[in-house]
Amino acid sequence: MSTPFEELQARAKKRWEELTAGDSAWIRVGGGTSGQAAGADAVLDAFRTSVESSGVNANVSMVSAMGLMYLEPQVDILMPNGARVYYGNVEPEEAQKIVEQHVKNGEPLTDRAFAYSGGDVNGVGNLPELNSLPMVALQKRIATRNFGDTDPHDLLQYVAKGGYTALNRALTEMTPEEIVDEIKAAGLRGRGGAAFPAGVKWSFLAPSKAPVKYVLCNCEEGDPGAFNDKGIIENDPHTLVEGLIINGFATRSTNGYVFIRTGHELPIESARKAIAAAYEAGLLGKNILGTDFSFDMEVSLTGDSYVAGEETALMEAIEGKRATPRFKPPFPAAAGLWQKPTNINNVKTLAYVPEIVRNGSGWFKSIGTETTSGTAIVCLSGHITYPGMYEVPMGMTIREVLENIGGGVSVGERIKVLQAGGPLNGLLGEEAFDTMIDFDAMSAAGASIGSGGIIVGNETTNVVDLLRTLIAFNQFESCGKCFPCRLGNTHMLEILDRMCQNKAKPADLALLERVGTSMKAGSLCGHGQLGFNPIASALKYFGDEIKSCLAGEIAPGGVFGDGTMILPTRTRP
Amino acid sequence: MTTAETAQSSKLREQIRQVLNAQPQPTVTVLSSLIAIQDSIHYLPDEAIKETAAFCGSTINEVWSVASFYTNFRFTAPGDKTLDVCWGPSCHLVGAQEVLNAVHIALEIKEEGESPDRKVTLKYNTCLGACAQGPVIAINHHLIGKQTAESAAKIARELRGQSS
Repeated sequence: MSTPFEELQARAKKRWEELTAGDSAWIRVGGGTSGQAAGADAVLDAFRTSVESSGVNANVSMVSAMGLMYLEPQVDILMPNGARVYYGNVEPEEAQKIVEQHVKNGEPLTDRAFAYSGGDVNGVGNLPELNSLPMVALQKRIATRNFGDTDPHDLLQYVAKGGYTALNRALTEMTPEEIVDEIKAAGLRGRGGAAFPAGVKWSFLAPSKAPVKYVLCNCEEGDPGAFNDKGIIENDPHTLVEGLIINGFATRSTNGYVFIRTGHELPIESARKAIAAAYEAGLLGKNILGTDFSFDMEVSLTGDSYVAGEETALMEAIEGKRATPRFKPPFPAAAGLWQKPTNINNVKTLAYVPEIVRNGSGWFKSIGTETTSGTAIVCLSGHITYPGMYEVPMGMTIREVLENIGGGVSVGERIKVLQAGGPLNGLLGEEAFDTMIDFDAMSAAGASIGSGGIIVGNETTNVVDLLRTLIAFNQFESCGKCFPCRLGNTHMLEILDRMCQNKAKPADLALLERVGTSMKAGSLCGHGQLGFNPIASALKYFGDEIKSCLAGEIAPGGVFGDGTMILPTRTRP
Repeated sequence: MTTAETAQSSKLREQIRQVLNAQPQPTVTVLSSLIAIQDSIHYLPDEAIKETAAFCGSTINEVWSVASFYTNFRFTAPGDKTLDVCWGPSCHLVGAQEVLNAVHIALEIKEEGESPDRKVTLKYNTCLGACAQGPVIAINHHLIGKQTAESAAKIARELRGQSS
């Protein structure tokens, strides 16, 4: 007799064969927030209409985004002969032509496509093989392994690609202690920014015998320039759901929460649908997969607040209160959500877990560097030729990512400045571009992998103006609980505003540093403690430019030409 | 309060109570209640604060403390459509300030808020999450990327029903 999981796998196999091995073509339109912003919805509609009017035999699906965001809206077509051809920057008006020529007549538009994969040995026209493109070849896709291939709302497609095998293995062959040991041995460090070893953190919660224990997944991700947490949830939600269930089993927890900011419609919808589908398939709820492990999960929405991403503030938000950080101790493992033992992990951390359990800790440990195993999911934006989301092995240098994957500067002559790791982390100048992407090397350079965002500025970027935007963000988002953070950010913003308007004095630099020191010493959470980081790193890499600005030697710029900028006036009461 | 206002208020309270009771997720809190109400009627009138306090066994003071903290909440009715414009550092580098300025002019306002005809509410957004497509704007949460001052102004004018 087959087990509940084997039955699920059999259904998944059938579903996948229907999509890929039958007589019909499969047209996949890349979705996600970025795809939507590029116009994917209209492209999907156009392909559906064209398929209907042409009378061809084809399935049309909105699937996950591949991460090559410069090519969005992206469409690919898998023909019954096994060849898959990829089209980038597709306009809705092109759908009819592509369907007629490619699907109906079997003649891919090779002058319009950018790559192919599969099919026979002769390839497709002169198109390059997808995996020969540097921005694909240089990636090591673990957490993003299904991107571009599966419909995020279809659990069976996730299972067909090997999904939930790890959960089945964890529940039927492993003890919670063995899983925690495996995560420890894998050297998985938390991807939320603090880089604390995840297995060690899990082990704090595991021994507690409390009847109710929580595991939380943090997808607040308010960092401008970062979209990988939301990216994972909207593109492959089941990898997160599976990771969180394993996290729950390994720590003997009873309930899981996926924490997302309201308004981010696609990730929210995706997480909710995935959780509902997992319940329906017996992967959540009572006696999961016929074992004696029971676990519940739901989505918890927060309002707009960046500090809600801080772990204790996040718990306040789930409890429905103002998202302000708590004093520690007690630490979450002792008294967290509703004062119950709690373990909290970032989306990316949990997204690696199924593959670690499936392939073993040794496999994961072999990827990346000595101190940081695995991959970094880098989000490139700003003045970069190929913006997108790329999962690369730890240890690749920033320059390799920028040049070999990102294609270098998009407008202008050269890349001058990077904002890496979110608004509480540093600016990097060119001398830091050979830094390896790993937690320790990045931190030594004065930045951080942090959220994974790398915002690229070309030689025309005014560093002081960029700093003002970062500090304006931090000022706007200070929760207000600790006055050194609340007032310090306001004070720093005033000084930077003066600098941009050529109204500052050289003495303002010492003032900035004094304010920064007070914030570091007198704030409860990272928002205040790290608030001076952007300025400190800018002084390191762009000290001369900042001093020229203080000396009034840089002409004020900005949209009004007087150095002022448009900023929100609202502050938290 | 006039009789008409009272009638309107009690209708609103009834509507809010329905929203509060219809929350699907197991964990219901002050914050989840306020989010549900704003999703449904697009702002938090006084009635929302009072009903949430009663529904959650909380106080008006506590509910206000939550409502005033999260910057997505608003306390007056918005315009017919909401236009978000991202001002985060990534969009900033590729021209968000020009987009914002053009939208201000098109909507005849100088900061966040409603256009004089109340057709559009402008909201500055710290990050809409599609940085690779910057500068990004959103109409009622639906994102549109690669904006310029001209394209965003055109969209803003169209939202007001003006020909572009």
